[in-house]
Amino acid sequence: MKFKGHHIISMTSFSRDMIDTILETAERMEPIALGKQRSDMLIGKVLAVLFFEPSTRTRMSFETAMYRLGGDVLNLGSIDATSIAKGETLADTIRVVDGYADAIVLRHPKEGAARLASEFSAVPVLNAGDGAGHHPTQTLLDLYTIKRESHLEGLKIALAGDLKYGRTVHSLCYALSLYGAEITLISPMELRMPEEIISDLEKRGAKVTEEDSIESAINDVDVLYMTRIQKERFLDPAEYEKVANRLKITPELLADAKPELKILHPLPRVNEIHPGVDGTPHACYFRQAFYGVPVRMALLALVLGAIDS
Amino acid sequence: MNEEQELRVKRIENGTVIDHITAGQALNVLKILGIPDSSQGIVSVLLNSPGKFGIKDVVKIENRELNVREVDRIALIAPNATINIIRNFNVSQKKKVHIPTFVEGVVRCVNHNCISNSNEPVTSKFDVTVDGNLRLRCAYCGRSIVEDIAKHLL
Repeated sequence: MKFKGHHIISMTSFSRDMIDTILETAERMEPIALGKQRSDMLIGKVLAVLFFEPSTRTRMSFETAMYRLGGDVLNLGSIDATSIAKGETLADTIRVVDGYADAIVLRHPKEGAARLASEFSAVPVLNAGDGAGHHPTQTLLDLYTIKRESHLEGLKIALAGDLKYGRTVHSLCYALSLYGAEITLISPMELRMPEEIISDLEKRGAKVTEEDSIESAINDVDVLYMTRIQKERFLDPAEYEKVANRLKITPELLADAKPELKILHPLPRVNEIHPGVDGTPHACYFRQAFYGVPVRMALLALVLGAIDS
Repeated sequence: MNEEQELRVKRIENGTVIDHITAGQALNVLKILGIPDSSQGIVSVLLNSPGKFGIKDVVKIENRELNVREVDRIALIAPNATINIIRNFNVSQKKKVHIPTFVEGVVRCVNHNCISNSNEPVTSKFDVTVDGNLRLRCAYCGRSIVEDIAKHLL
């Protein structure tokens, strides 16, 4: 599989071999991401960063990934100061920007925006989130974190929180099904994972069970993937408080957990992980945020042809 | 068709007859085919016509022979339709419609937040699968249309 010139739009187009290639490349990038080695792999290359929605981690990690490999970044900046504010279509913006850059990173509030951009772009488009649609680089960094901190083969993982609307968990589960993972889903009734997705996962070889409390699952899994429950999903604020308190990780809850249990979270967190957990060997979420850098370095190097895949 | 029906809608000399259309879908078939905008000839529509397999609709388009690509799109709403190409009052070709694997510019995505429903210069695109139900999956946002496809025609 040649990655050069390819768009990165959705995890659905990735085979297990492709994922493995990206994760292995990311591992080789880690010393450079940490600043321990220097690289000019992407010298002379320009990455256009088009974020139509706010982002901290994704935007900054793409930018630092490009800088660490010796490349340059062209940032769209504030939308108010651009021709987009004058009503320019995304298609036109992309056709203009692809003349300025060697690759485009796009975050957009509409589902399917990255796919549309890929139809108009002569350079690779990397989807950094399209509405409630896809966010493949988040999934790849989640997989990389699991690989680095635990293991992908024979994995037992629990995912907790908002499993209904969370695009991150849907996409991660699909990818984990390629590795035959045992998946435990923990969520309140209102935020259960859609039946259609569960059925798809089972068809793809994953073993899926559902629980309604973290306590019953925590002692049996290798990885606990926490997500934030958004207050606006609940009509009754009291109900939100009740649910949020039930799906909360505390140091006490981890007292009997096996030592190798790893806790991941895409961040930002609110109350679902007590700060007392941060100092335990279980906490991986800040390293997870860092792993976004080597993973995005790997993707940039592959699609720009700096590494032969 | 029997003689009584022939009197209702006369035979055509040249053109296309679409027979066995699911009852009630004839006007949607015309919509998919872009008729009358794309056709200058006379178009006759027969609704709720009794046939061997129950009631059906029939459309006759004079002086225009439809090609495979355009007729297969009507399989989305009339999967049993047959296409008869008429030359000099005789059926020169007869074929069934086949559900295409991909359609473009036929239906609108049900997801209001899909980029294909904005002012971008693109037409809607759907991958079509038949897995018990006919399913149209938006190539942009991935949302599926499973029921009442006619309701979402562009």
